[in-house]
Amino acid sequence: MKVKQISIFLENKSGRLAQVTRVLGDNGINIRALAIADTTDFGILRLIVNDPDRAYRVLKEAGFTVSATDVIAVEVVDKPGGLAGVLAVLQEANLNIEYLYAFLQKASKAALVVFRVEQLDEAIAALQAKGIRILSGEEVYAL
Amino acid sequence: MYWDRECETMSREQLEALQLERLKLTIERVYRNVPFYRQRFTEMGIKPSSIRSLEDLRRLPFTTKQDLRDNYPFGLFAVPMSDVVRVHASSGTTGKPTVVGYTQNDIDTWAELIARSLVCAGATKFDVVQNAYGYGLFTGGLGLHFGAERLGATVVPVSGGNTQRQLMLMQDFGTTILTCTPSYALYMAEEGQKMGLDFKKMPLKAGIFGAEPWSERMRRQLEEKLDLMALDIYGLSEIMGPGVAMECAEKQGMHIWEDHFIPEIIDPATGEVLPPREEGELVITTITKEAFPLIRYRTRDITRIDPEPCSCGRTHVRIKRITGRSDDMLIIRGVNVFPSQVESVLLEFGETEPHYLLVVDRKANLDQLEIWVEVAEHMFSDTVRKLEDLEHRLRERIESVLGISARVKLVEPNTIPRSEGKAKRVVDRRQI
Ligand SMILES: [Zn+2]
Repeated sequence: MKVKQISIFLENKSGRLAQVTRVLGDNGINIRALAIADTTDFGILRLIVNDPDRAYRVLKEAGFTVSATDVIAVEVVDKPGGLAGVLAVLQEANLNIEYLYAFLQKASKAALVVFRVEQLDEAIAALQAKGIRILSGEEVYAL
Repeated sequence: MYWDRECETMSREQLEALQLERLKLTIERVYRNVPFYRQRFTEMGIKPSSIRSLEDLRRLPFTTKQDLRDNYPFGLFAVPMSDVVRVHASSGTTGKPTVVGYTQNDIDTWAELIARSLVCAGATKFDVVQNAYGYGLFTGGLGLHFGAERLGATVVPVSGGNTQRQLMLMQDFGTTILTCTPSYALYMAEEGQKMGLDFKKMPLKAGIFGAEPWSERMRRQLEEKLDLMALDIYGLSEIMGPGVAMECAEKQGMHIWEDHFIPEIIDPATGEVLPPREEGELVITTITKEAFPLIRYRTRDITRIDPEPCSCGRTHVRIKRITGRSDDMLIIRGVNVFPSQVESVLLEFGETEPHYLLVVDRKANLDQLEIWVEVAEHMFSDTVRKLEDLEHRLRERIESVLGISARVKLVEPNTIPRSEGKAKRVVDRRQI
């Protein structure tokens, strides 16, 4: 039920994001979702790709500071209040969200939300108990 | 105009005779009272009686900052602590400062030499000296202070900082002599201009600027903006503090007070003594200090000696402006900073060899230090909060070790240029 996310440290200077995408493209790696958190000096690029292990390796070889983190991808019904319901579940279980970002699936048009929480297993259990669908890594990589 | 005509204009012959007599006494004193020197001399087969001429000085071993550190805090003192009336300290490379001590006689000598230096700048007992050097462990503040009192001038012991107040006092008290770092003086000049002060209408006549490197370009700026004569003063806490050497109104280098210090210029790589006028590292032997005598102390400052007679009439040789350092020490806002201090902090934070760079700029006449740190994998977290927390903790630790604030900037790996052999740790972009 866990999805491997690749995070990359980027200085805020032009061309760095393009370089990451070029390295991935050159190695035939497809980006499924992407989010950037940035400050004045640096940014953290977060990626869900079709082959995280290989992405980690090629980026590291290209000289980037990379880490792999486990996150969860939750399907959120595409209607008002969809995300609120998921957040309520996590809040009730007292689980702190480090960050989240969303993307759309082509096939179902339902939104997918990626969560990074400290207690991953507790979060999975709490969400499943409420019948919220959590995608497996394989499902997400293959989207 | 001299403070002590007899000492300042002594003939070469008299001066050298006095130096030799005092050198012999100093060698005897350190041989008798400082185990470190006795051991060094014994290893080299030197006894106090071996020193018969000034030429014999070059047979003696050097003393380095490392020796001072190894004997921290009081190991090199040549008198019992009951005779030490004051200590000062400067920053060390690993957090431990180097400590120096003074007997009452040492303090008196220091005051005399500062009085001489002030008179070089035309000061008299009718002057108002605004002393904006920092007071405390740093030698600048108290050093200038006692000398100005010795001269009989009126001292305003304002210390550094609080520029608005400095400028107000300058106007209200009719300050005639300003003593501080040259970059701070420029900053004051510009702040004063913004406030609409007209320095041409103020009684300021001279500035005694030191504790950091500066240039002729800065001299012109200072003289024009503050409408005064800007003179360079030299000193280092290990030797005494400010007042080891002072420029006279001829502005052709700083007279080093040779009746108290013997200067040599060496090749920093080989330790060979270089002939007059050649550039190299300044080495100083103190010949009157009681509490903390130093034999052939390697200052790491790069300069040269000008033995030509000066038209002011003083016979003491002059050292030229300090053009650099033979080690990698930086002087930032008057504070000594060694890259190795930053390195020791980074090593506390991670287990790997850190890659870092100290970038120094001067903005609005104030030095700015930025420390670039390459984010190694073990330091990296995918949450912004944790990285910002890392930056914050690094900044605080660096500030407590260096004694000055610095901006920490996390950069990507391999963005700091690697050079062949010795890593380049400093980029100094200050235009001085
Ligand atoms: Zn002169």
